[in-house]
Amino acid sequence: MDEIIRHILEILENDARTSPEEIATLTGTSAQEISQTIAKLEETGVIRHYKTIVDWDLVGENYVYAVIELKVTLERNQGYQVIAERIYKFPEVRSVRLLSGNYDISLTVRGKSMKDVAFFVAEKIATLDQIQSTSTHFVLKTYKEDGVILHEPESIVRLPITF
Amino acid sequence: MRPPCDPSKFIAEAVKSIPPSGIRRFFDLVSGLEDIISLGVGEPDFITPWHIREMCIHSLEKGQTSYTSNSGLPELRDELTRTYYRRYGLDYNPASEVLITTGVSEALDIAIRAVVNPGDEVIVVQPSYVAYVPSVILAGGKPVIVSTHREDDFSLTAETLKPAITSKTKAIVLNFPNNPTGAIMEQEGMEDIADLVVENDLFVISDEVYECLTYGGKHVPFSSLEGMKDRTVMLNGFSKAYAMTGLRLGFAMGAPDIIHSMMMIHQYSMLCAPITAQIGAIEALRNGKVEMERMVREYDRRRHFIVKGFNSIGLECFNPKGAFYAFPYIGDTGLSSSDFAERLLNEKRVVTIPGDVFGEAGEGFLRCAYAASLDDLRKAIEGMGDFVDGLKR
Repeated sequence: MDEIIRHILEILENDARTSPEEIATLTGTSAQEISQTIAKLEETGVIRHYKTIVDWDLVGENYVYAVIELKVTLERNQGYQVIAERIYKFPEVRSVRLLSGNYDISLTVRGKSMKDVAFFVAEKIATLDQIQSTSTHFVLKTYKEDGVILHEPESIVRLPITF
Repeated sequence: MRPPCDPSKFIAEAVKSIPPSGIRRFFDLVSGLEDIISLGVGEPDFITPWHIREMCIHSLEKGQTSYTSNSGLPELRDELTRTYYRRYGLDYNPASEVLITTGVSEALDIAIRAVVNPGDEVIVVQPSYVAYVPSVILAGGKPVIVSTHREDDFSLTAETLKPAITSKTKAIVLNFPNNPTGAIMEQEGMEDIADLVVENDLFVISDEVYECLTYGGKHVPFSSLEGMKDRTVMLNGFSKAYAMTGLRLGFAMGAPDIIHSMMMIHQYSMLCAPITAQIGAIEALRNGKVEMERMVREYDRRRHFIVKGFNSIGLECFNPKGAFYAFPYIGDTGLSSSDFAERLLNEKRVVTIPGDVFGEAGEGFLRCAYAASLDDLRKAIEGMGDFVDGLKR
């Protein structure tokens, strides 16, 4: 991979708000070149989306998250893509992954309450023809989300001067 | 009643003759101050990668708390020789040509003691790490200073080196990538120096602890030059590349006679390096490349940021190609390095290290470590900009 592209992607993955000017300073290139490269990365789908990771607990918005494991029966001529597309259209569904192992598909679902999530799984997911079984795990606490630690880590004390 | 005693009369002359450390004086000035932004730290601001720490913890859980052989764990020496063969084609024998030490500091001390006789001259290239001159003095040798300059990108040339060589010259201490300038050496210049080394039958002590921290170029170990392997002891460690400063682990690679002589001193002083750190180092060599490269990329971004920042506030800054130090020129302000750094500390609470701490050739410069967060670098540049503007008024 081009070193500049790698720098741009890492910087934006770490902080999507970093401006082209600042990325240019950090990589020793011009802001124009950075803007053009970012535009290309967006067009080609390398950069899919910019989003914010929010600690909703801190603002008193107590969402309930659950990880749902699904066993799927595939119909003739239909792969996992079809069932995945069917499921990811629900706004409650935050992520859909195809897994190896005992289960086929893993979902992350967000609702306002445990009842919300339970009804959603029971009425919308479990009733789909291809679903053999579901297993719901409610999230009790999130410590790290998409690489971001959701609490203040203890700071390490360094000497102010060393050799 | 027994008479009182003056303990200072027992102190050895060699210790008394060590010049006072400028960095120590500055450390005393800084200690106790709060709300400071420090660019004075010569260590990574990253924590040792988790997989390395995890291996250290695991080894402690297993009860691996014993001595190792004097030379270090055989697995670590094997891993090191494989690494250097892979990186540079350097072929060292793990049994006889590698010594694991307690940090590069120990490796430096025992390398000099293994080579220097009282009265021998040792060339030290400055600006450079503060320990070289005292280590030569403690070994009974005479340090001879050769200066590098901004005009030459702080690189060493055979022409600047030649006049310093006398019939008493025994060795040269090299340090590239360099602390404090961040300079590296290009292979072409190194070949000329290698010729000079052979002509004058000299030995080279090459401190390459910043080897992995280069930007845009590949490091060339001095020992990889033709005919230099047996004339060079390469000193290196895990502190900078793998953010393992507190684990204190270094190593030396060189000809069997040199390594054996160093080991003779090592076995009666340190005995062996800590086993926990050695196990962490094996993990670093086997699986640490990705994390190390990630840290280097981050330093690279900060390097661009700080160099541009210094130039924008009117402090001309040489573009460093290695290590994690920027070395801006402050000579135009009319202040000495020490005065500048001291006033900057008192007025803007920004810690930098005066360049003269690293030898006279460093006068007129500041060492600024960019092993600090971008936020801190931004604040430091702002504070320094205000300070420089204030000097002009």
